[in-house]
Amino acid sequence: MAADLWTALFIALLAAFTGYEVISRVPVLLHTPLMSGSNFIHGIVLVGAIVALGLATTPLEQAIGLVAVVMGALNVTGGYVVTVRILAMFDRSRPKGGGGK
Amino acid sequence: MTAFEIQDAINAIYVVAVLVFILGLKAMSSPATARRGIVYAGLAMLIAVGVTFFSPGLLTDNFLWIFVGVAVGGFGGWYWARVVKMTAMPQMVAVFNGMGAGSAGAIAAVELLGHIGDLTTSGLSVAGGVIGSISIAASIVAFLKLQGWLTSKPIVLPARQVVNTAVLVIGVALGIYAVIAQETFWLLPFFVLLLLYGVLLALPIGGADMPVVISLTNALTGVAVGLDGFALVNGPLGDAGYAMVIAGVLVGSAGSLLTVLMAKAMNRSIANVFFGAFGATEETGGPVQGQLKPMEAPDVAALMAYANQVIIVPGYGLAVAQAQQKVKELADLLESKGVTVKFAIHPVAGRMPGHMNVLLAEAGISYDKLFDRDEINAEFPATDVAFVIGANDVVNPAAHRQGSPLYGMPILDVEQAKNVIVNKRGQGKGFAGVENELFYRDNCHMLYGDAQSAVGQLVSALKQTE
Repeated sequence: MAADLWTALFIALLAAFTGYEVISRVPVLLHTPLMSGSNFIHGIVLVGAIVALGLATTPLEQAIGLVAVVMGALNVTGGYVVTVRILAMFDRSRPKGGGGK
Repeated sequence: MTAFEIQDAINAIYVVAVLVFILGLKAMSSPATARRGIVYAGLAMLIAVGVTFFSPGLLTDNFLWIFVGVAVGGFGGWYWARVVKMTAMPQMVAVFNGMGAGSAGAIAAVELLGHIGDLTTSGLSVAGGVIGSISIAASIVAFLKLQGWLTSKPIVLPARQVVNTAVLVIGVALGIYAVIAQETFWLLPFFVLLLLYGVLLALPIGGADMPVVISLTNALTGVAVGLDGFALVNGPLGDAGYAMVIAGVLVGSAGSLLTVLMAKAMNRSIANVFFGAFGATEETGGPVQGQLKPMEAPDVAALMAYANQVIIVPGYGLAVAQAQQKVKELADLLESKGVTVKFAIHPVAGRMPGHMNVLLAEAGISYDKLFDRDEINAEFPATDVAFVIGANDVVNPAAHRQGSPLYGMPILDVEQAKNVIVNKRGQGKGFAGVENELFYRDNCHMLYGDAQSAVGQLVSALKQTE
């Protein structure tokens, strides 16, 4: 196995523990934004899709690469907007300003 | 600058992006910092994607298509996510998650087509293709169920365990064969079978188990992205792969933890959620003593108006009826009469993790009135009225009795309140198919009707007494 892959494996190991530690104490209140936010973060797949399409040489590879880019872009922007909208509702100032009738 | 230096600059930006992703995710663990977290993560993503265009070695012929793809997907995702109603959030999360998984699967396909001879790259791509395909198919089925285009009841096919396992095994075997024999033809049935497996996996899962499904497919997509990252690390533009490995594995691990939390909140294993077809069969538990006692809205309103403390327990019925605004009105009216109003949130109430919190927040109910099961359970004995809106299994005392299918599930102990009012549309059973003994208790009364109109009646009754 190439040295790069070993490096990637070490990185993956550390990332796995980081993910666990970072969110292990999240309150139920934030489960939706957390899930939606991590949904956005795996949108990094778009970077891979751009590289895959960018290096594609046959029409079939290009077509599938284009699908990858479109889907990756949908994931990134959709995931971001959904998360922002959900978090906007948790704004502490809003319930107090808008609800005191 | 030479190509080497450009790649260094790009890598430096990937490093910063990864750092900000981790900090952004960290910021998500507190309401005060969560918004900042997503905005920073968004900026980091924008820059990371932007610099990828400058990667030396990308074929200029493909640039137009990259721009077209990013523009179409980017605008589509932005527009769709903006116009969709907040009540449709669970299915939106499922869709966008599925898109990420589909992208990961497609990247794996491109890598396999181009590098079928490279055993390492193609082996990793097969793994990424397997998980990405399962995740997109399961996410789309989850979307169809949540959207109501497919029944949210478990769809159980005959001999499904055997068929499902066969589809999975044959699919994976074809992928491995394609790599070893270096024949790209077999990749087509490989992907088709794994997509089929994802569909078969999600069909028997009922609506109330969707929080686990959404959370798990999210984690799976993270893993698929991470595996693709591994495959790319081996290629000419490998450094983009490291960013994918970190972000993907980060999501995979965080998502797995969330999935385990969801399953624990139902006291069921993840295997049971996926393979148990829970709720497909009606349980014929022991006979329930007593009878259902309906109560009219004005009486319920009076009961609440003279209470010291009312705890509202929302469930999926509230989301279906979109009654969150009415509930907010009810809470405000009661508070103006000096009643303390709190909300008790069960972790798996609704269709996605934290669903009830989002709905109530949308109506403008301050999140310091929302309480977790562990925080509020001790308060029920000192509560005058527990008002259950469209929730069933999460308040079923059968969970305390051995032998019940619900046994062991941590529930909200509303039966300990002095009065329990249950709002339901009819006399049906909960998702688990278990008769709810709570409804037959002496201190429990039923307020029949759709949550929107029932709570609306309470509101107008309370207004009349002013």
